[in-house]
Amino acid sequence: MTSSLRLRAGLVSIVLLAAFLGIWHLATRSSGTVAAMSPEYAKLMGLTATQGKSAMPGPLDVGAKLWEHLRRPFYDNGPNDKGLGIQLGFSIARVGTGYLLAVLVAIPLGFLIGMSPLLSKALDPFIQVLKPISPLAWMPLALYTIKDSSISAIFVIFICSIWPMLLNTVFGVASVRKEWINVARTLEVGTLRRAFTVILPAAAPTILTGMRISIGIAWLVIVAAEMLVGGTGIGYFVWNEWNNLSITNVIIAILLIGIVGMLLDQILARFTRMVTFPE
Amino acid sequence: MTDKFISIEGIAKRYPGAGGGTTAVFENLWLSMPRGEFCCVIGHSGCGKTTVLNILAGLDAPSEGAVIVDGQAISGTSLDRAVIFQSHALLPWRTVLGNVAYAVTSKWRSWDRAKVKEHAQTFIDLVGLTGSEHKRPSELSGGMKQRVGIARALSITPKIMLMDEPFSALDALTRGTLQDEVRRICLETGQTAFMITHDVDEAIYLADKIFLMTNGPGAVLAEVVENPLPKDRGRTDLHRHPLYYALRNHIVDFLVSRSKNFAAEKPDHDPRNVPVVLIGKPGLTIAADAKPEPPRETSWPGLSRPSTSS
Repeated sequence: MTSSLRLRAGLVSIVLLAAFLGIWHLATRSSGTVAAMSPEYAKLMGLTATQGKSAMPGPLDVGAKLWEHLRRPFYDNGPNDKGLGIQLGFSIARVGTGYLLAVLVAIPLGFLIGMSPLLSKALDPFIQVLKPISPLAWMPLALYTIKDSSISAIFVIFICSIWPMLLNTVFGVASVRKEWINVARTLEVGTLRRAFTVILPAAAPTILTGMRISIGIAWLVIVAAEMLVGGTGIGYFVWNEWNNLSITNVIIAILLIGIVGMLLDQILARFTRMVTFPE
Repeated sequence: MTDKFISIEGIAKRYPGAGGGTTAVFENLWLSMPRGEFCCVIGHSGCGKTTVLNILAGLDAPSEGAVIVDGQAISGTSLDRAVIFQSHALLPWRTVLGNVAYAVTSKWRSWDRAKVKEHAQTFIDLVGLTGSEHKRPSELSGGMKQRVGIARALSITPKIMLMDEPFSALDALTRGTLQDEVRRICLETGQTAFMITHDVDEAIYLADKIFLMTNGPGAVLAEVVENPLPKDRGRTDLHRHPLYYALRNHIVDFLVSRSKNFAAEKPDHDPRNVPVVLIGKPGLTIAADAKPEPPRETSWPGLSRPSTSS
């Protein structure tokens, strides 16, 4: 039953993909109207004007270009012409660094806040105000104080991924079942051991959920941040290719951003499953 | 009641009530238990039974008064007092063995892994869970989970076992088997046990002494009923004992009517000297009221022998 359901769902997915590609292909076919012009002038014009090709690349153009990129993912022809692998690598490295720093701050801090009702109440207004700030709003302040665009991007990732983790850790730690705490208390388990043997495993699924939300947000934000700071990264690549008017490359970048985002989410989902316990 | 292994001395529990005043769940509660005895507390919901147990466990502190266990006033929780929780409270990310071992390592920190495992295994075997050591709580039935709870409590060899309605969430059949197990273990090990229950038959089967509490707020310990049934009673022929119905009726009467009107009926009730009711013993009005049925086919070896109960 389940396998046949999966099979049917897969079939529907393939049909939908084929339909999408088909419509895309048809919609971007040559329009056929070609203005008469001298051959000298035609050389200056693009294929759109000379052969009536659609201004929007079709799936075949994108596919060909993607194949080209995949064959040489790590070439480096200077600042404005690097392989997609290199650009993605820069982005992932920034996200990884900012995210890891956020984990190191958010989880211990969340633990502390969650275990102390006083801190929880005292810090709540700050968190409530800081949380809804768009991470990009920090960018000028970061650039001004840090004076390094690459580190500023990492800072922006840090600041945007800290909130979901912090809030989920606080919530997870604060809502550990009273009876489990009581078990530890009746067994005279010390505070530190209780934190690691009862509270951490009990709150782990909630904490991991926060981490999963954070990685998603971090990946969303890096593209925008890199468009601002420039230099390297997939966000910069998108903006650079827009300036080059290479819509094909922009589409490829969009596709890859989606795939990497999905992979990051899947990795965190796997970790979440590892710490989730059935009740 | 000269041997006071556990002595609850004048405890009160008050909560801030509406309008600035305080509401007392109970005031000036005195209660004592000798070593090796199994005592049950019966009363309606809201009479503060669980609060008494939590205070005994050290999970809650009384607003007034003290609890003395084995000659020492308690402060906070202790490994001497094990709690079996109503909701079994197993750690779901640990296996059966892991749950019991957690308690064992908490008591004996220096023990190595093998010794902890061996010790935990003994108690898993004792509650009849051999073969399920590596299952997680989610794979166990309600009765098996509570068995793990019992094994965990016993594994730290406590001086007292505190049980808060441990079987109330179980079906009747499982409850019966677990009552048998608990009774067997307590008799074999001479465990002192304090149990809260709603179930009159459970109290009669398990307890040496039954504490009756009136309704809260302002609950008092009304009577201590000594269980007249012999120590080696069996669950299946419990109801054939000549004093069974007298005892049962006494408790049920208390729960149905007297628990409500106790304060009005007995204005001179002294909480320090709670009357002890000895059902079936001459000289007590309550025994005269009761008309026990003549014993039919009984299988009570305990009746012919001198009672082994203290």
